[in-house]
Amino acid sequence: MYTYNDFDKSFIATRNSQFRDQVERRIDGSLTEDEFKPLRLMNGLYLQLHAYMLRVAIPYGTLNGGQMRQLAFIADKWDKGYGHFTTRQNIQYNWPELRDVPDMLDALAEVGMHAIQTSGNTIRNVTADHFAGASADEIADPRPVAELIRQWSTDHPEFQFMPRKFKIAITGSPNDRAVTRAHDIGLRMVEKDGEAGFEVIVGGGLGRTPMIGKVITNFLPQEDLLPYLESVVSVWNQIGRRDNKYKARIKITVHEHGIEEIRRLVNERFAIVKGSFSGIDQVRLAQYKTHFAAPDFTVKAKAVFKDAYHSDPIFRSWADTNLSAHKADGYSIVSISIKKQGDTPGDATSDQMRLMADLAETYGHNELRISHEQNVILPHVHKSDLPALHAALKEQDLATANIGLISDIIACPGMDYCALATARSIPIAQEIATRFDDLKLEHEIGNLKIKISGCINACGHHHVGHIGILGLDRAGVENYQVTLGGDHTETAKVGDRAGHGFTAKELVPAIERVVDAYLDLRTGKDEEFIETYRRLGLAPFKAALYPEAQADAA
Amino acid sequence: MTILVTDTGFTADTWDQGYTPFGEAANDVVSIDVPADTNPADIEITPTLKMVRIDFPSFADGRGFTIARMLRLTGYTGRLRAHGHVISDQYPMARRIGFDEVEISQDLAARQPQEQWKFRADWKDNDYQDRMRG
Ligand code: HEM
Ligand code: SF4
Repeated sequence: MYTYNDFDKSFIATRNSQFRDQVERRIDGSLTEDEFKPLRLMNGLYLQLHAYMLRVAIPYGTLNGGQMRQLAFIADKWDKGYGHFTTRQNIQYNWPELRDVPDMLDALAEVGMHAIQTSGNTIRNVTADHFAGASADEIADPRPVAELIRQWSTDHPEFQFMPRKFKIAITGSPNDRAVTRAHDIGLRMVEKDGEAGFEVIVGGGLGRTPMIGKVITNFLPQEDLLPYLESVVSVWNQIGRRDNKYKARIKITVHEHGIEEIRRLVNERFAIVKGSFSGIDQVRLAQYKTHFAAPDFTVKAKAVFKDAYHSDPIFRSWADTNLSAHKADGYSIVSISIKKQGDTPGDATSDQMRLMADLAETYGHNELRISHEQNVILPHVHKSDLPALHAALKEQDLATANIGLISDIIACPGMDYCALATARSIPIAQEIATRFDDLKLEHEIGNLKIKISGCINACGHHHVGHIGILGLDRAGVENYQVTLGGDHTETAKVGDRAGHGFTAKELVPAIERVVDAYLDLRTGKDEEFIETYRRLGLAPFKAALYPEAQADAA
Repeated sequence: MTILVTDTGFTADTWDQGYTPFGEAANDVVSIDVPADTNPADIEITPTLKMVRIDFPSFADGRGFTIARMLRLTGYTGRLRAHGHVISDQYPMARRIGFDEVEISQDLAARQPQEQWKFRADWKDNDYQDRMRG
């Protein structure tokens, strides 16, 4: 893991004292609320429905036990004893007081963390594959590059007052778990003739105008990365629209100018910008790689795992759903579900955080990850430790066996916390999860991603859910629109709108009809929902959603 | 009267040759006023050019930073001034990107007195760009 050097420490300490000063100057009137706003946003502080919200970066989703324990401490001391893990590998505190925020930032700095550029019209916290450095299928660990991007983008003088926010995601695996095609820039690590480089995707994004990103170059040599990123952002900072915030993201710029024109402008700028990088970044990159060296994997017998697997059906069910293949023999990647049916997706209590910190230290080489699916991951656990780990997780309600299943729902905060919401999303997630849990159908249904947003801004990624749910307001009544067939992976696709929306009451039965239709139509248990959908298209599912239309037609 | 801000704080404006609006500039122009929506590639860097003043219509509009950087990267070495709604918290960004100075209104100077600007005269410290670019 990356550890802060003296430069990073001094940077954060100075930045925090500047923010402390900005808070005071806001209070004494030197800064207007308008002027204070972007300054607090670039330090992660939002004003929400009930209170301020502090969004803390977990860069590329990686943290250690000590950091997780500090997040728990902050939740207890300055919030209500819990935090909310988000789809962008952040943790949000929903109840801080403005005057406490500088102290919270200092507490984060103690463990090498910050909230810089988690909001505002800046380059945001860079996200990465949450299985990085552990999964069996990756070409290279993307995190050293992500760290390089973090440093380059932090406090970048050209890019603090851009048309809109800018999000970068990176994956080192051909199986895209970082949703790179739905980011302003997506980076896929690739190799060409033995040389390391990137496929660069620009102009993806969800929100009110969902767009799948377009490839701007299919091979960028590794050493050109920072100047190239800088060129893309610089061109957009110049020509991106500032007259309408809904047209400001780079996806609209790419759409309006066309990818060829953007490519031409970027190449032109790259020719100028490239010379301002001496190459020192590549020396640093080589150093950072050593920070992310794999832990010393141990070799020991796996008999304990086999015994538990055969004798304990609850452990078996958890192992079948919550483990993923690790690159090291005898190891597994463990996904801890923060989505117990009926709870708020992504909310973790301070006790749960402390337990996960302890378990990471005891069984997981002191590493944790936050996934964009709002779960916590222990990337390196030896199989023989899994039964003990599972038993410990059960104590804190963290052993739910539902990773990838219908109750592993992504939901945005919605009406419960968000000032922009047009409908509730958390309660809908809770209802769906509870319903299918009661039916005991979840494991039978298998892999199925439901994603819910409480308004058109799409923080819950509903466009790329196998089943996407968008909560709107129709004359004061919540109305939920359903999209089907979305995909967030390397075969990314925006889901198809099924038809008219449903009231909150009608929604869960409607989802149940879609799922029943799938169970009916699939060729067998091996055919996942999304595969059946791809084979048959929208029609049969639409018929299931709107049986009354069928009846009318008959 | 406007106020000029440099690393030493507030000073009187020392530039007395005025500005030619960008677009009316001839080959022998000495100083130009550049609006925020200018394409930096259209600014011709002639041997006589001594002063470029870039407008910031609002502190939230960061296009001027890109124009300044592109001018510096394409070889402009004369005086470079940020003009308009720039706040003291942006001073280090302006300096790091290549501006020499910032010109602000009396009103803004009254609200953000010179200590608040001098507080950020340490803009050379703690700069990640330095470490990434070398
Ligand atoms: C509760 C306070 C929040 C507010 C006010 C808020 C506001 C917004 C807005 C206005 C957008 C659209 C931006 C645009 O298209 O230009 C957006 C996008 C987004 N938000 Fe949030 N958000 C909030 C919470 C969250 C949370 C908790 C998450 C994670 C679970 C999240 C994840 C995202 C993501 C991933 C996008 C990107 C969609 C895209 O543009 O590609 N947001 N948010
Ligand atoms: S999707 Fe809408 S309701 Fe949900 S968090 Fe984003 S802005 Fe708020």
